[in-house]
Amino acid sequence: MESEEIKIGVYVCHCGINIGSTVDVEQVRDSVSELPNVSISRDFKYMCSDPGQALIRKDIEERGLNRVVVAACSPRMHEPTFRKTIQQAGLNPYCVEIANIREQCSWVHEDKADATDKAVKLVCSAVAKASLLEPLEEKEVEIAPRALVIGAGIAGIQASLDIADAGFQVYLVEREPSIGGHMAQLDKTFPTLDCSACIMTPKMVEVERHPNIELLTYSKVIEVGGYIGNFNVKVKKKPRYINMDRCTGCGLCAEACRLKGRITSEFDVGMGKRSASYIPFPYAVPSKYTIDAEHCLFLTKGKCGKSPACKDACTADAVEFEQKEEIVELDIGTIVVATGFDLFDATEKPEYGYGLYDNVLSGLEFERLVSSSGPTQGKIAIGGKDPKDVVFVQCVGSRDKSVGNEYCSRVCCMYTAKQAYLIHEKLPDARLTIFYIDIRAFGKGFEEFYDRVREEGVRYIRGNVSEIIKKGDRLLVMAEDTLLGEPIDVEADLVVLATGIVPRADVRELMNLLKISQSPDGFLLEAHPKLRPVDTASDGIYIAGCCQGPKDIPDTVAQAKGAASSAMTKMSQGKVKVEAIIASVDPFICRGCGRCVEACEYGAPELQEAEPGILVSEVNDSLCKGCGACAVACPCRAISMKHFKNEQIFSQIEAVI
Amino acid sequence: MNKGFEPNIVGFACNWCSYAGADLAGTSRIKYPPNIKIIRVMCTGRVTPAFILKSFQNGADGVLVAGCHPGDCHYIAGNLKCEKIMDVVKRLVGILGIGKERLRLEWVSASEGGRFADVVTEFTEQVRELGPLSGKSQG
Repeated sequence: MESEEIKIGVYVCHCGINIGSTVDVEQVRDSVSELPNVSISRDFKYMCSDPGQALIRKDIEERGLNRVVVAACSPRMHEPTFRKTIQQAGLNPYCVEIANIREQCSWVHEDKADATDKAVKLVCSAVAKASLLEPLEEKEVEIAPRALVIGAGIAGIQASLDIADAGFQVYLVEREPSIGGHMAQLDKTFPTLDCSACIMTPKMVEVERHPNIELLTYSKVIEVGGYIGNFNVKVKKKPRYINMDRCTGCGLCAEACRLKGRITSEFDVGMGKRSASYIPFPYAVPSKYTIDAEHCLFLTKGKCGKSPACKDACTADAVEFEQKEEIVELDIGTIVVATGFDLFDATEKPEYGYGLYDNVLSGLEFERLVSSSGPTQGKIAIGGKDPKDVVFVQCVGSRDKSVGNEYCSRVCCMYTAKQAYLIHEKLPDARLTIFYIDIRAFGKGFEEFYDRVREEGVRYIRGNVSEIIKKGDRLLVMAEDTLLGEPIDVEADLVVLATGIVPRADVRELMNLLKISQSPDGFLLEAHPKLRPVDTASDGIYIAGCCQGPKDIPDTVAQAKGAASSAMTKMSQGKVKVEAIIASVDPFICRGCGRCVEACEYGAPELQEAEPGILVSEVNDSLCKGCGACAVACPCRAISMKHFKNEQIFSQIEAVI
Repeated sequence: MNKGFEPNIVGFACNWCSYAGADLAGTSRIKYPPNIKIIRVMCTGRVTPAFILKSFQNGADGVLVAGCHPGDCHYIAGNLKCEKIMDVVKRLVGILGIGKERLRLEWVSASEGGRFADVVTEFTEQVRELGPLSGKSQG
């Protein structure tokens, strides 16, 4: 069948000195030049550069090469680059094979002779496979012009607005009753001291009014199938027990609720109370009430007085206890994940007395305390009195191996400075002390703000707090001043812990849902740490905001705009090439046993009746993801996994040993 | 210059986790012995017993199969399918006299560059101690 003579060009890259310093590139080039089918082998300083790629194209055209081997960095890095290169010269893009002699050779070995030997083996293996490579067909499918955005904090909101403004339909899913996320909980934002709500609410309202955005609040994505362009998504809408069309947001139900003031408010992080029928915060979007099924007497006990008080109080007849959860099915082209973060649980640092003493607060709790929309309308009072001494402890749960978080949370230095400033504004006589490890004021205007806070008289002490204990009705903060090298005790009426950012507790569930990975710190993993910061390993799924790693609001917004732009790029192309590396069945060998059907997680192979009474498996190209499990399961080798065929891998094994 | 016995080790790594983990070892410049040569597959679920046997037949002294941690598989459960197959292949190589210590299945995630290097270093040492499987692999 293959009458064409195989002519392989081998290109060995120096990668500057990255490969060249540990691998003798010229020796590699010469050792493989005599291999069967190799018609030319060359080396070049940077194969991925323009002249490097031009060299390959020129050889293809002039020497009639039909297979190419590039020995360079990982195929995860530049395989797409070289596929494009050879395609430009008229070859099928799948006729290139990469030998990974950088990440898996020159960077991990020291002895030049050993590294060179290994590089030769790796190139031999690539040449062997290249000899057997077959052109593959890339089919195109339409991309649904609809995006799913998961999480409606500032990242999700910004991404949704951008995508919707570009003319694509957006489904914005938020599990809480209101959009807004953590940013809505903040009082003021550093370093400009903008009121968070004032800059946030217009965006929230815009999302609600946007004709291209459909808001799915109090909802959760429960299933994601399909692939880029054609994701099949199922969203579970929890019942609010309130008719969204009828509810006017007047709040009579919450007033009437028999549990009024008895349920901890999630939005106020435990600093305030709410009813079972509630709106998380005054400027919530949508401005509709929700009856909390976990607490509501009628929903938990089946009885609330003679009849539910909220239902009696509602003049719009909006209370509907008969509501059931609803599953919404969506056909989606691209997905932006913007699920945000959790706050470090300070009880993991028992020495700080958090959870034990009422006047030890987390950063977010203080934020609600100082906020004018908070439970005290912004009055900072501890036991009814203005605090005279306030101590801030930085890096709680960040840069701390003892709790498993090596990373810096990036926002705590600045939010602590801001919170100190806010106290200083309200209580100018309060003595403010901040214990820090290092001050990281790296952003625009950060260093200036930090200076300003110090000039206002806030005392910065470099040192780790070892323990916080009760002293009368005050607290005693014990620490070591690491600049002076001596212990220091500071009394305080209020201690604020600069609790750091941690991955969402249910991040694993999300990863399984979307088939995306996490980095060692537990946050979602980007496709490349520098060059593809919003992409994931799964095509068509992008990440934005703190789900990818701790970041402040401007960085979050920038990343959200980046993710939106990536999603829009794909959708505006209208079509996408689907995986060409898929399984195929030889119907003459297949005996229709169905093992492949059992092995496949995606329902790609299906038994079809080829002739009356004769079953043959057939693979649905657009469902196949190319894992190869069916090829292993097939007892008669009727299934071959394109690009990873048995013969191809056998040839690699032979060449590599 | 006789450096003593240097084992030949063939590695099969899945594209999404372990191959990426191996790349990360490289990006992080974590050193490990050069004996292993990796063949990339999309999923460990693609590793058929024939790949293992062929490797030993051609002179490998050890075979390492590395995939995603359970629950992390890019293809849902290819790694678990591989685990089942490896259990059988291990028994088989035991029966064949190759020795099941020469075949290892490990889970290495995309973020575990250090772990990849540790696994390879440790497995290389183990195979080195076991000695050559056949005359062919000497040197």
